[in-house]
Amino acid sequence: MDDKMSVPYAIQCKGITKTFGPVVANDNIELTVKSGEILALLGENGSGKTTLMNMLSGIYHPDTGSIFVRGNEVSITSPKDSQNLGIGMIHQHFKLVDVFSAKDNIVAGTKTDKRLSGKKLSEKIKEISRKYGLEIDPDKKTYNMSVSEKQTVEILKVLYRGADILILDEPTAVLTPQETDRLFDILRNMKENGCAVIIITHKLNEVMAISDRVTILRKGKSVATVNTAETNVQELTELMVGRKVSLEIDRPEVEQTENLFEVHHLMVKNDEGYYALNDISFNLNGGEILGVAGVAGSGQKELCEAIAGLIPADKGAVLYKKENIIGKSPAEIIKMGISMSFIPEDRLGMGLVASMGMTENMMLKTYKNTKSPFIDKKPSRELALKLIDQLEIVTPGVNTPVSRLSGGNVQKVLLGREIESNPNLLITAYPVRGLDINSSYTIYHLLNEQKKKGVAVLYIGEDLDVLLELCDRIMVLCHGEITGIVNSNEVTKEEIGLMMAGEKKAGKDGAKA
Amino acid sequence: MNSVKTKSHEPLIRVVKKPEMPTSKAVILRIASFVLAIAVGGLFILAIGHNPFEVYKEMIMGCFRSKIALQGTVKIIVPLLITSLGVTLAYKMKFWNIGAEGQMLMGGIFASYFALFQSDMPHWALLTVSFLAGCIGGAIWGIIPAFFKVKFGTNETLFTLMLNYIALYVIDFLRHETWRDPGARGFPKIASFASNARIGAVFDLQGGWVISLIMVVAVFVLLKYTKFGYEISVVGESQPTARYAGMNVKKVVILTMALSGAICGSAGMIKAMGSDYTLTLGLADGVGFTAIIVAWLAQLNPFVILLITVFFSIIEKGSGVIQSTFNISVFTSDVLQGIILFFIIASEFFTRYSFAFRKGGKSK
Repeated sequence: MDDKMSVPYAIQCKGITKTFGPVVANDNIELTVKSGEILALLGENGSGKTTLMNMLSGIYHPDTGSIFVRGNEVSITSPKDSQNLGIGMIHQHFKLVDVFSAKDNIVAGTKTDKRLSGKKLSEKIKEISRKYGLEIDPDKKTYNMSVSEKQTVEILKVLYRGADILILDEPTAVLTPQETDRLFDILRNMKENGCAVIIITHKLNEVMAISDRVTILRKGKSVATVNTAETNVQELTELMVGRKVSLEIDRPEVEQTENLFEVHHLMVKNDEGYYALNDISFNLNGGEILGVAGVAGSGQKELCEAIAGLIPADKGAVLYKKENIIGKSPAEIIKMGISMSFIPEDRLGMGLVASMGMTENMMLKTYKNTKSPFIDKKPSRELALKLIDQLEIVTPGVNTPVSRLSGGNVQKVLLGREIESNPNLLITAYPVRGLDINSSYTIYHLLNEQKKKGVAVLYIGEDLDVLLELCDRIMVLCHGEITGIVNSNEVTKEEIGLMMAGEKKAGKDGAKA
Repeated sequence: MNSVKTKSHEPLIRVVKKPEMPTSKAVILRIASFVLAIAVGGLFILAIGHNPFEVYKEMIMGCFRSKIALQGTVKIIVPLLITSLGVTLAYKMKFWNIGAEGQMLMGGIFASYFALFQSDMPHWALLTVSFLAGCIGGAIWGIIPAFFKVKFGTNETLFTLMLNYIALYVIDFLRHETWRDPGARGFPKIASFASNARIGAVFDLQGGWVISLIMVVAVFVLLKYTKFGYEISVVGESQPTARYAGMNVKKVVILTMALSGAICGSAGMIKAMGSDYTLTLGLADGVGFTAIIVAWLAQLNPFVILLITVFFSIIEKGSGVIQSTFNISVFTSDVLQGIILFFIIASEFFTRYSFAFRKGGKSK
């Protein structure tokens, strides 16, 4: 397969198609990446990015189309094949053994070098680290590592196996802005050392910051490949979404009712018995959106669950209209008008029953309200139809299991039901996770509508840009402690980043600003 | 590294997920697989030297041709049907109750106490009390694993399985010791029930059929139209969701298992007082396990359970008939059951997946 160019592409995908039943996940995809280049693979959730990368790493096999590695056509049927071809994948969820040290994790699964003595191995790892500017102590145990250190080990793992084509699946999702910068430096080093890097992301500013070229996927098709230097965020968004979108989120000014909801010195233990929330105090006004920022696992989940009465609090008080709700059962809390649309990692895990239709999901919290032992589906069906109409939910019918709806529609079902219950306090965690841009803006709009009605909204989010635009104030959590509650008009993304990493607002950086 | 492969190594056969099948097509597929199963079963009968058409005809005729044949068939249907309904409640909640045997036995034991020692009560009072006792016995055997599950997170599969043996040995103990029939000349058995303690016939068939049909409708209504049934489904789907919706998950688990056990227990009572007229180690006789297959084949739908139970019972009863007519071993029915199950389960696979073969001439 001779190309016009003298140097073949590190990876070239030609006409890749992959279907899962009726779903065409990849449709005739074209993608190339050269050695010494960083390619961003941009696309909304469900656009086929991960499927494509899984074919390069040998997890799936394409239905049609061919993959060329360094000019040779290859068939990758297992992760081993992929590894032998020098392709290394860094997954979003780390695949490390917790009780192993960094170096044990790095060599685990390799056949050669098994008997390489500890010292020599450490030397070799240090050598690779130096080459690419990675910093890691080879003997540090994984359970003592921070998220970014674990990611470093993952990168070393693939480099140690001789990979010079690296694929990173949303590597920045778990990092603070500072850690992201550090990761990008490492990727630039790799590029200079002749590696080909593919970074999967849906964050546009990262694409602009790191990549040389961008390939955009939309609904399984590769719609365009552009040079990063010749494009801008607006154009990329349009390519990704398929039409013009406004990227402004409004933040209406609303009259607030003071201290509708207060949390005082809340302490909550997690399953392992240590404090997931340590002495948390904050207040929330009606007509306000309070954002919660923090690296994943900083106590967001426990905060939601403690407020909803799902897990017990060790100490502290949660006051709703000056009444303590700690110790009340979830059913009692629902009756008080606290509505939690908590969306955990697997969206259907808690708020909705996956195998049931919209009708049956509508009555999840209200089925008890009648006296008769029989359920009355009629109001639920009417509510379901009303939501389909109002929120433009796409579903074959009110009895289609919600698990068959797309992520955006599932989210609308859940949020729609919560809003219809006329809550005074709405807790929402990651409500736009996995949604396309259009659906995300619908959700922001819904939350703003609630705010205008005087509802207090607690918004647990990931994207700092969104938090800054949407929320009135932002509370930053780090390791279960509040590192600051700031007015979103008076803070920068970098400052929030530092707080996410554990620096208190009153610290030296806060003073400088 | 860099050991570049140039050959195409696409696997010969791959499993491919299919689009969601419309219900009508899925039903046709299932019927086709059933017909195929009968055909392959026929080949098997042919292979052991009999005419499959005659054997099948005899199996079916043997179940329905006379009053006695029909009575025998109903006696097989009733306990299997009731037990299948019982385990359905547990499975709807994703509680892996494989203790229906034990729950039946306990139901039988509790009911037998009244049948043996309180048989001078008026007939209907005795039957009612025994029925309730049977339910309570089964319910206790259902509540025990549920309680330990919600309290200590024990594994319900092992727990319910072990309880089966305990129930069995309780009967063994009773027939050797406490309830030993002194009139049996040293043979360890429990006395036959007095005629007052036997379930009579309704339209010439053992009265249990009325109860079992009522239960089909009751379980259907319970699961589909009541709040409790809704709670069972939600808890089965996701316990975090149930808690989030304000349900008392522990209470739902224990109540559901009490009801599941009670239904299975009533099957034990009906079998003991309607067919066996005594309490023996063979009271459950694998019905509790067959019920698991029936419940899942019917996809937990009570009306389909009725259909499948009738079908299983025909095979069971029919195999006895062909044994005497053609001198075919009873194990033939096991083989036939196995063949049919194999095809039906395979058809479930093909509703969701299909095989894709490597396209020829693609390797380079």
